[in-house]
Amino acid sequence: MSDCRRQWNREDELPVYLAGPIATGPNQRKSFGMFSSVEGAFESKTIDFDNYAVGRKGSRTPRSGSRERLLDAGGAVGKTSSQARQGSLSDPPGEQDDARAGVEVRLSPGVDSADGQSEKLLIRGGRVVNDDQSLYADVYIEDGLIKQVGENLVVPGGVKVIEANGRMVIPGGIDVNTCLMKSYLGNRPVDDFFQGTKAALAGGTTMIIDHVTPQPGDSLLMAFEHWQEAADKKACCDYSLHVDIPQWDETVKYELELLVQEKGINSFQVYMAYKDVYQMSDSQLYEAFTFLKQLGAVVLVHAENGDLIAQEQRKILGMGITGPEGHPLSRPEELEAEAVFRAITLGNRVNCPVYITKVMSKSAADTITQARRKGSVVFGEPITASLATDGSHYWSKNWAKAAAYVTSPPLSPDPTTPDHLNTLLACGDLQVVGSAHCAYSLSQKAIGKDDFTLIPEGTNGVEERMGFVWDKAVAMGKMDENQFVAVTSTNAAKIFNLYPRKGRIAVGSDADVVIWDPDSTKTISAKNQQSASEYNIFEGLECRGGSALVLSQGRVVYEEGKLQAQQGAGRFIPCKPFPDYAYQRVKFRNQVKQGVTRGMYDGPVHDVAPMAKYITPSPSARTSPTFNQPPPIRNLHQSNFSLSGAQIDDYIPRRSGHRIVAPPGGRSNITSLG
Amino acid sequence: PDEAARGWDQVVSPDDDDCSSLLSRLGSDSPRPRMKYGGMFCSVEGAFENKTLNFDTFSPQTQRRRATRTQTGSCDGGDGGQGQMPSRNNRDEQDDAAAPPVNHRAVSPAMMRGLQQLGDRLIIKGGKIVNDDQSFYADVYIEDGTIKQIGENLIVPSDVRTVDAYGQLVIPGGIDANTNLHSPQKGLNPADDLYQGTRAALSGGTTTIMDHVLVEPGTSLLSVFDQWRETAEQKACCDFSLHLDVARWHEGLYEELETLVKDKGVNSFLFFMAYKDRCQSSDSQLYEAFGVLRHLGAIAQVHAENGDIINEEQKKLLCFGITGPEGHVLSHPEEVETEAVYRAITIAKQANCPLYVTKVMSKSAADVIANSRKKGIVVYGEPITASLATDGSHYWSKDWATAAAFVMSPPLNPDPSTPQYLTSLLACGDLQVTSSAHGSFSTAQKAIGKDDFTLIPEGTNGIEERMSVVWDRAVSTGKMDENEFVAVTSTNAAKLFNIYPKKGRIAEGCDADVVVWNPKETKTVSAQTHNLTVEVNILEGLELRGVASVVISGGRVVVEDGKLNVTEGSGRFVPRKAFPDAVYRRIRARSKMAEARGVPRGNYDGPVHDVISMTKSSGPRNLHQSGFTLSGAQIDDHIPRRSTQRIVAPPGGRSNITSLS
Repeated sequence: MSDCRRQWNREDELPVYLAGPIATGPNQRKSFGMFSSVEGAFESKTIDFDNYAVGRKGSRTPRSGSRERLLDAGGAVGKTSSQARQGSLSDPPGEQDDARAGVEVRLSPGVDSADGQSEKLLIRGGRVVNDDQSLYADVYIEDGLIKQVGENLVVPGGVKVIEANGRMVIPGGIDVNTCLMKSYLGNRPVDDFFQGTKAALAGGTTMIIDHVTPQPGDSLLMAFEHWQEAADKKACCDYSLHVDIPQWDETVKYELELLVQEKGINSFQVYMAYKDVYQMSDSQLYEAFTFLKQLGAVVLVHAENGDLIAQEQRKILGMGITGPEGHPLSRPEELEAEAVFRAITLGNRVNCPVYITKVMSKSAADTITQARRKGSVVFGEPITASLATDGSHYWSKNWAKAAAYVTSPPLSPDPTTPDHLNTLLACGDLQVVGSAHCAYSLSQKAIGKDDFTLIPEGTNGVEERMGFVWDKAVAMGKMDENQFVAVTSTNAAKIFNLYPRKGRIAVGSDADVVIWDPDSTKTISAKNQQSASEYNIFEGLECRGGSALVLSQGRVVYEEGKLQAQQGAGRFIPCKPFPDYAYQRVKFRNQVKQGVTRGMYDGPVHDVAPMAKYITPSPSARTSPTFNQPPPIRNLHQSNFSLSGAQIDDYIPRRSGHRIVAPPGGRSNITSLG
Repeated sequence: PDEAARGWDQVVSPDDDDCSSLLSRLGSDSPRPRMKYGGMFCSVEGAFENKTLNFDTFSPQTQRRRATRTQTGSCDGGDGGQGQMPSRNNRDEQDDAAAPPVNHRAVSPAMMRGLQQLGDRLIIKGGKIVNDDQSFYADVYIEDGTIKQIGENLIVPSDVRTVDAYGQLVIPGGIDANTNLHSPQKGLNPADDLYQGTRAALSGGTTTIMDHVLVEPGTSLLSVFDQWRETAEQKACCDFSLHLDVARWHEGLYEELETLVKDKGVNSFLFFMAYKDRCQSSDSQLYEAFGVLRHLGAIAQVHAENGDIINEEQKKLLCFGITGPEGHVLSHPEEVETEAVYRAITIAKQANCPLYVTKVMSKSAADVIANSRKKGIVVYGEPITASLATDGSHYWSKDWATAAAFVMSPPLNPDPSTPQYLTSLLACGDLQVTSSAHGSFSTAQKAIGKDDFTLIPEGTNGIEERMSVVWDRAVSTGKMDENEFVAVTSTNAAKLFNIYPKKGRIAEGCDADVVVWNPKETKTVSAQTHNLTVEVNILEGLELRGVASVVISGGRVVVEDGKLNVTEGSGRFVPRKAFPDAVYRRIRARSKMAEARGVPRGNYDGPVHDVISMTKSSGPRNLHQSGFTLSGAQIDDHIPRRSTQRIVAPPGGRSNITSLS
């Protein structure tokens, strides 16, 4: 460990540009030996491992490379241009300016653009692409809102004009699934709201919806406020929040009501996996669905069969498999598809819209497709990783690389999966693309170096999301540009009731606008990403299509490789309950069933011998019913207080009744006690 | 022999009387559409007339006491082999109380012996033998309860009884892989017990049943099994085998399972995914249990319905004020079945255990099974008589008794195209076995749930009609050929449960369970004429083509010319060995393949992040936990208990101690 760190530190001290040119071909995916991270991945990063070490956070003075500190000091310009793209020698963002007639920004005198902020902007000569149609029009933006869309607009003087040169002008992307503050065993992801939203903006995403992930027992409300506070300080783009429900009980209901009605949350995630931590039983899910439906919220489901995963994990660890390949082995595709099926069944029974987060496999996607065909109100969200890569990397000889792919549900080892998911996305069977961005550093991942179940789960993807949808779906001819806008932005806005404020270029909408360049290509690498993690799971993949210019709240935040994000500029966007897109059908289906009116049955009735009421403990998700079978009657002796703590034989499963064939001291004559 | 033949006539004559008196009442025999009798609450007209329904016998505890007493009494008199016979007569008397008095007692033990000797040697002549693989014309010679010779122009002893099968099919006796003839529900024993049930089975051409032994949580599997077997040996008229229903799985059951599989001849165990708080198993339990079963070479059966959802739906419907039987089908929607089938298959796939889904009642559940089979999963599906013959529209019947008679889980599907669809899948091999899931309760028993549909005992009849339903729905409509008919009614079940070729085939050396099947004859199902004690038949009025004209069970003719001649207690237990080839060959090969291998890597030597709070979710072991309680059920048991509650305003005001830790 110390070796590595020393090495990194040394490299950190070198002038970054001396680290050596790399000769990666555009399409070649390269692996760099055992345990080596991507060469040069740290060079443009500010990762300071000491910073992440426990207890010493921030104890050291940041080195000169530590840009976050600079930004904290209040500089609006996130990166100086020299720093931003130093690593990307093969990638010619700098050249683009001269080589191509790219996006061109002309400044009229008198406009203050020092902080990237412009009150009045005109995007001229672009093709406005919405999810329903495309048209050539100019877009005039003032005060962070789109004020006019059309040709030959009459605009006041002193307007900053952006020449789109016929490129697409699309609504900024909405990334519906990020986890920028999801702590794992006390570790925060290396990409926090600042790093994460910066990466989002660079990729053309102007809004994220982050998951609030309270631990079981935490107050949802407090967690929400904590998240909101952090995001308000750090986020560079608008954001909204999902709240994860870690466990279902009565207290949660009150908080949910409050969150929906006063805090602007309309989506909650429930878990079918993570046994004994977050997992809910079917009964609880049913109750939760019923309650959330009454509130008009969208139910997000993490769909995996946690019971079976727990069993498989035990089995696989028992077989001596401890590496990251154990992760996909213990979470096979079927378990995902099964849980998706069950979630949809529950949704149908409750008549509640269900949103499946992270669709990672063909069979899960097919399950959703079939359910939609039968009329279920269900939405599916593939993520960047599942659309662009597959799970074969879990078998990589390089532990670090294999671990980087660990996410749940895992990437499917079937290499045809991305293609299939893209096809379903193009035909509308899947609706929304998220990223499930949750970047942990290598050292954090290494918590699980001897046990794959401990590897923190999460991959990157917030930055690459839009690009890969374009590359894999539009550039392949599967999808048209309108559908592209729909899946990257508009559908999400509709499902979460942000439409038409977000997700559309229309008069009155927020000025989150991206000028999309379908012709640009870039090679993904950890070296030139915005994310702070030292690994990129798409390393070496070439991606066609990219954002040329990004406007967030009417300000230019990204332009030809230059990011001018402003920390804390993001606003919380409240979401109202009962989104039409999800709830219209549900409302119609809410009709009470009628019983049959009959006379009273007056025939003979059999006597029932009184039977002792027998209450089986429900197979709760929180305890393994096999091991801790609570007695059928309530145990008033049960106490949480213990002087004993862990026992030496804890690992031996306890049985409720042992028949002792040969008890010590010989058999007794009492054969039965009754 | 002559005397014996006369004895035979005498024996069968009572039934004859019975039938003729019945037929005279029936009026016309002509094919007729399904008829509905009378108005509200009317049972089928005349259904009670030839029944012995005696409510006293069905109340718990008292049931069968009388019969047992007489039986033991007469056992002393008769010799060992025929000790059961007199009791059977007693039983008949009981059953036919409404029928005119007949000369039962005229049958002397000597005559019965003669009958047996006669039954021991039989030749079936002129029939077309149909096995699951081929059909051919041949005679069958049966001696000592086994098939001795097959062929034309057999050389047989002279005193052999001849069964004429010209123009008819000779098929292996049916195997009903799912019956509930003895498992109590809500403290009630089924109206048709092992005697009545097997009697009806024989009359329909089924010569082997597999009954489900329901083991309540907390009781020993072995003792329940032994008890069940004993009861069945006393009562059953045809051969039987037993499945075990494990209501609650825990690892401590392993030894008992092992004993049952290795020594007791049980190779199939059923688990419930429904009946929350009674029998339901969680996914973890199923996975563990399936792993054990695979290890032991047994077959996992599931009752596939999502009990959690059903429970919630039931609560909801009762809240809406729906208390009638339609609430049953509304609370057990098709999807809930489908979901559970899907989940069961997923679990079985993970555990690499063969799975047998009992009671496939809906199109989508059948589809899930068919699709999984296409993906190569070892799963078998069993539609039942009811799901092949009728649909769930009757739950909305205005007549409570009719509606309640259909109550079973999973319920019959309200979609009227379901029977057709299931029959098609059965014909193409996507579903493999037909059974009856027979578990019949009288209307009075069902009426326990007259104000609450969740209390209605679940179960329908079907044991008698099963073979005819399959013939009528599948073969005579041209969906299935006669060989496939034999496969789905008998051979497949025998193969899956490892009693092939002893059962399920007509070949030399096989058990002489043979049915002479008349495909041309028709019969109309009615509660009046069926051989059960229940007063409602859910297939009432259905006309079915294909009838078992002669049934031979264990080498004895038990049905002939519509007359039933059974002996209580003549059925033998059929032990089944573990690792049935038909099922386990694939599983074995897969277990070898399935061993996952890790990736050999060097040790990761990079930096490792420190973990601050490595909280173990399970918490310390609770040494205070005890099964002993003085308190029993508490008034607030229904309120879910939280582990910690933050008291914002405690009684007595807040204290100053803000934290104890």
